[in-house]
Amino acid sequence: MSEGRGSVLIKVKDVVKSYDHGRIAVLRGVSLDVRAGELVSLWGASGSGKSTLLHLVGGLDLPDSGKMEVCGLDPSRERDRLTLRRAHLGYVFQLHNLIPDLTVEENMRIPGLAVGQDPRETRKRVEELAEAVGMSERLSHRIQDISGGERQRTAICRALMNHPRILLADEPTGSLDEQTGDTVFGLLRNLAEKEKIAVVLATHERRFAEQCHRIVRVRNGQLSEL
Amino acid sequence: MRFLSLVFTNLRRHRLRALIGVAGIAFGVAAMLTILAIVTGAIGMFQRILSTDSHYLVFERNVSDLFFSSVTREQLDAVRNRPEVAEAHAMLFGIVSAPDHPMVTCFGITALDPRLARGDWLAGSAAEFGKRGDEVFLGARAAEFLKVAMGDDLEVGRESFRVGGVFRNENGFEDGGIFMPLATAQRFFGREEVASVVAVKLHDESMGAAFKQAIEASHAGIIALENREFSQSYSSFKILNFTAWAVGICAFLLGGLGVANTMLLSVFSRIREIAVLRVCGFSDRQVGMLIFGEAAMVALGGVIIGFAIGFSVLAIMEWAPQFQGYVQANITAPVLLGIMGTALVTAVAGAIYPARYASRIQPAEALRYE
Repeated sequence: MSEGRGSVLIKVKDVVKSYDHGRIAVLRGVSLDVRAGELVSLWGASGSGKSTLLHLVGGLDLPDSGKMEVCGLDPSRERDRLTLRRAHLGYVFQLHNLIPDLTVEENMRIPGLAVGQDPRETRKRVEELAEAVGMSERLSHRIQDISGGERQRTAICRALMNHPRILLADEPTGSLDEQTGDTVFGLLRNLAEKEKIAVVLATHERRFAEQCHRIVRVRNGQLSEL
Repeated sequence: MRFLSLVFTNLRRHRLRALIGVAGIAFGVAAMLTILAIVTGAIGMFQRILSTDSHYLVFERNVSDLFFSSVTREQLDAVRNRPEVAEAHAMLFGIVSAPDHPMVTCFGITALDPRLARGDWLAGSAAEFGKRGDEVFLGARAAEFLKVAMGDDLEVGRESFRVGGVFRNENGFEDGGIFMPLATAQRFFGREEVASVVAVKLHDESMGAAFKQAIEASHAGIIALENREFSQSYSSFKILNFTAWAVGICAFLLGGLGVANTMLLSVFSRIREIAVLRVCGFSDRQVGMLIFGEAAMVALGGVIIGFAIGFSVLAIMEWAPQFQGYVQANITAPVLLGIMGTALVTAVAGAIYPARYASRIQPAEALRYE
């Protein structure tokens, strides 16, 4: 556990998750705490359970058993899940999951629409985020017209739209070349160090895992801190 | 509700799919508008034929259609002799054939019938009507499509008549009809001494109830109805109205199925995208409303385009000589509101299942969806 960081934002205790009616055990009683400003890597091979753990923390899936608390809310409760997604969590995926026919700006605006944000405020935030990630010149471009790295930067902006306290990044560099991957990773590290956002990065790439504040290895459904 | 701006964005992104839905609703709207406007127009025209300068209609009791109604000479005289009655005009309806036109409406009327005096005479005059038994008089539209003028001979059924005059009439049925003196029509149709209906004008409208009661008491075979009562109770009007709505609603059901299909395809092809919306903070209610919103916009587009198509078709039908002027569309506010309501309900009903499906999409599962 890192010292000197913020309050604990994610508490996972003895969480179990399986699929196919218990026949495929993915997480076998895992526990994890993440504090504000920490950049934590969940490092492991494909299928090790990294994404499943992120999904559970993000309320995208429900655990079989165990306890979870994210920003003081329970992601297994529907009402809390919605609050978490709207106000406290940002999600970045390996395949960015942007809406292809929309422009960069329209994609970034989506979380603002969900909470009924004032369009002027949304515009201001879009410009601020786009400038921070070097996408100001690309706002009116369609997703299919920009590069992989730009798409991932757009996805990061979208995840940060509603000022989340936690960013869950599921293999965000997995589909990028080395140089672009470095740029995206740099952005995530900045978010943790400068914005004090808790960033949980699921990755199979050791070089990124090693640059995080903490490395949590995911293997055989269990976590071990390196 | 700002998230609803995505409704327009989504429709714009899936133009072709949206247009297919719009077309489904538009054809339903156009079909319903056309059918209802024609039917209500036809009913209106028929009502005006019957109610020209009259308060009551007298016809055979329990008759299925006025074309089959028989009011005898004695019954007509009895009606005419009632103290409440100012005027009583007998009328005999029939369908005749003419060259190239197998069905033309024929009216057997007396020379005193008010519609003759009211007509805009293009050739001849009302004063000549009924003076010769071998003459027929034509509505302006009938003269046009039968291609005859005053003085020409016209084959009607097995007989030949001279055209005694032509007059324009605002009523499409009458303007496209052949008028015969009542006696000639009775002989021609083999219904001597019989009328289909008697249009009665009272000295004072307040005497209506007494007149009606007296007719019912003294003549079991006939009935007297106020024009308004007649319109509401005449079974042919009811059948026409019911058929029009039934056909129209069937057209809408097809449109509704089209919308359901379009929206379902739309949801299935956007499962991953909907999951992303959920991850970004959209509630299941917001996702459902997006789908309903898209369906409602499709319906609105369909209504606008459908009305444009329907009004154009009606204008063409009213203008085209092939319809002999029988199409005189009557578009009322209740009909327009009914069509709009049906379109909206159909489209929204068609979106219920897709919206329900979309709102239940689980993000984690959907993001694995390929």
